[in-house]
Amino acid sequence: MNKEQALSSRTARRAPDIESSHGGNGRGGDSSLVALDRVAIRLGERTIQREMSFTLLPGELVAVLGPNGAGKSTLLKLLLGLIKPTEGEVRVFGAPPKRGNRQIGYAPQFGTIESDHSLRVRDIVGFGLDGHRWGPGWPSRTRTAAIEKALDEVGALALADVPANELSGGEQQRLLIAQALLTNPRLLLLDEPLSNLDIARAQEVIQLVDRIRRARGVAVLFVTHDVNPLLPYLDRVLYMANAKSLIGLPEEVINRERLSAIYGSPVEVVEALGRLFVVGVET
Amino acid sequence: MLHYPFIQNALLSGSCIAIVGALTGYFLLSRGLTFAGHALPNIGFAGAAGAVLVGVKPVYGMFVFTILASFGIRVLGQNVRDRDVSIGVLMSFALGLGLLFLDLYAGYAQRVYAILFGTILGISRGDVLVTGISTLAVVAFILLLYRPLLFSTFDPAVAEARGVPAGLVATALLVVVAVTVSLSIQVMGAILVFTLLVGPAATAIRLTRRPSASLLLSALLGVAYIWGGVTLAVASGDLPVSFFVASIAFAVYLPVRLLTERRSATRRGREPAPGHAH
Repeated sequence: MNKEQALSSRTARRAPDIESSHGGNGRGGDSSLVALDRVAIRLGERTIQREMSFTLLPGELVAVLGPNGAGKSTLLKLLLGLIKPTEGEVRVFGAPPKRGNRQIGYAPQFGTIESDHSLRVRDIVGFGLDGHRWGPGWPSRTRTAAIEKALDEVGALALADVPANELSGGEQQRLLIAQALLTNPRLLLLDEPLSNLDIARAQEVIQLVDRIRRARGVAVLFVTHDVNPLLPYLDRVLYMANAKSLIGLPEEVINRERLSAIYGSPVEVVEALGRLFVVGVET
Repeated sequence: MLHYPFIQNALLSGSCIAIVGALTGYFLLSRGLTFAGHALPNIGFAGAAGAVLVGVKPVYGMFVFTILASFGIRVLGQNVRDRDVSIGVLMSFALGLGLLFLDLYAGYAQRVYAILFGTILGISRGDVLVTGISTLAVVAFILLLYRPLLFSTFDPAVAEARGVPAGLVATALLVVVAVTVSLSIQVMGAILVFTLLVGPAATAIRLTRRPSASLLLSALLGVAYIWGGVTLAVASGDLPVSFFVASIAFAVYLPVRLLTERRSATRRGREPAPGHAH
């Protein structure tokens, strides 16, 4: 769809205010799922983010963009409680992030397969339910039903007994998303789910994610390199680069002025056939 | 044959260590730690040699050295590439020590032979009891670790996000392997313990998908190999048990490996996701 259609379909939904990296943390501190207030992230010598503030509202689909090393995956780890901010305050569901929060579903960047033999899809999805608990567990009908319901929701029920290392890239993404859904999370963190997928599969995954978030009302942080396939579906864009960040509607963030400011060097944004291309930096 | 107490003892201890070997071996294979499964028995050997040198029962030396090595492996090898190098370096150091201990205490070739190749036919009732109780403890511990261990093995990124203490679980597994190895050396000998750690589990993994099925099958195979080995050794008169056990393990693994390989490659005719090592 072209830019006008994309813009009008978005304003037909909620259109949140722009929040820049130097603004406050926006409105709705009570109803926000995630709130970052002047957060700085430093890993060793490197400053990943100098001062990051934004809020995430229930049901929002936000694309997280930026070059490699900008801290997109690091942001997800921050929300998961795996790293702590060097400065500033992070609140997830109104409290500091804690590890193993079952209200967050997480699909990591690289495939799950670390071993040269593999468990079945249903076994791996099942980890999302109770893999963190001690003891061997006991098979139960409720457990199997929950696993199959999640697989069905992502359209992968037929793959339940397939060894996970025989899955294609798109099928693996479905497995990860099904696993993340098992605890009925209110927030989904998807780390580059479209990498290694061809255009058709990427579209399928995006449509699946959009369908899920509408049906369940979950907010989604969707880390990606290319915002274009997501344009018709997303609410806002969070752009991270050069230790700074911007959040807002795509056209408000992905434009020449804002991106040149964030990078500190000339950046051109070319619009062609309803898509946005950022020229002048590595994305 | 079963009338003789020494045969009964051999079968009882052998079955116990076959079970713990198979269970721990499954996780070693799944985590790419088979080299540790080779290194720990060698390190155990050095511990046994050192124990004899200071006049203590070999098994204590084995426990101390292998458990220390487990912590050493965890501390030194934080990622896969470092890990194999660290394990190799630790093993070489331990073997060097073993050589030193042998050199310092001349004249116990008999005991060395026993440690290297096992004395399954010389096991006492007392030993059986100790082995049996230790086996129960190891199995209970594995059951306790079961879900977090599987999760962090097959899905480490999400496991970490869900709060699984991956480091703790990894260390616990290596300590369990150390204990298993120390128990098993007395039966199979340091050189051939690897067979019982890896053989049954490797075969089971090619035949089953569910972890519970793989674990059960490897335990059954391990016990069968021990019984087969003891029987053949007795029938042959004087040939060593561990030789037969190792040969049976190999004889079963080879056809399973060759036949199932073809099956999984053509099974679904699909292209795996990019970035997989196959």
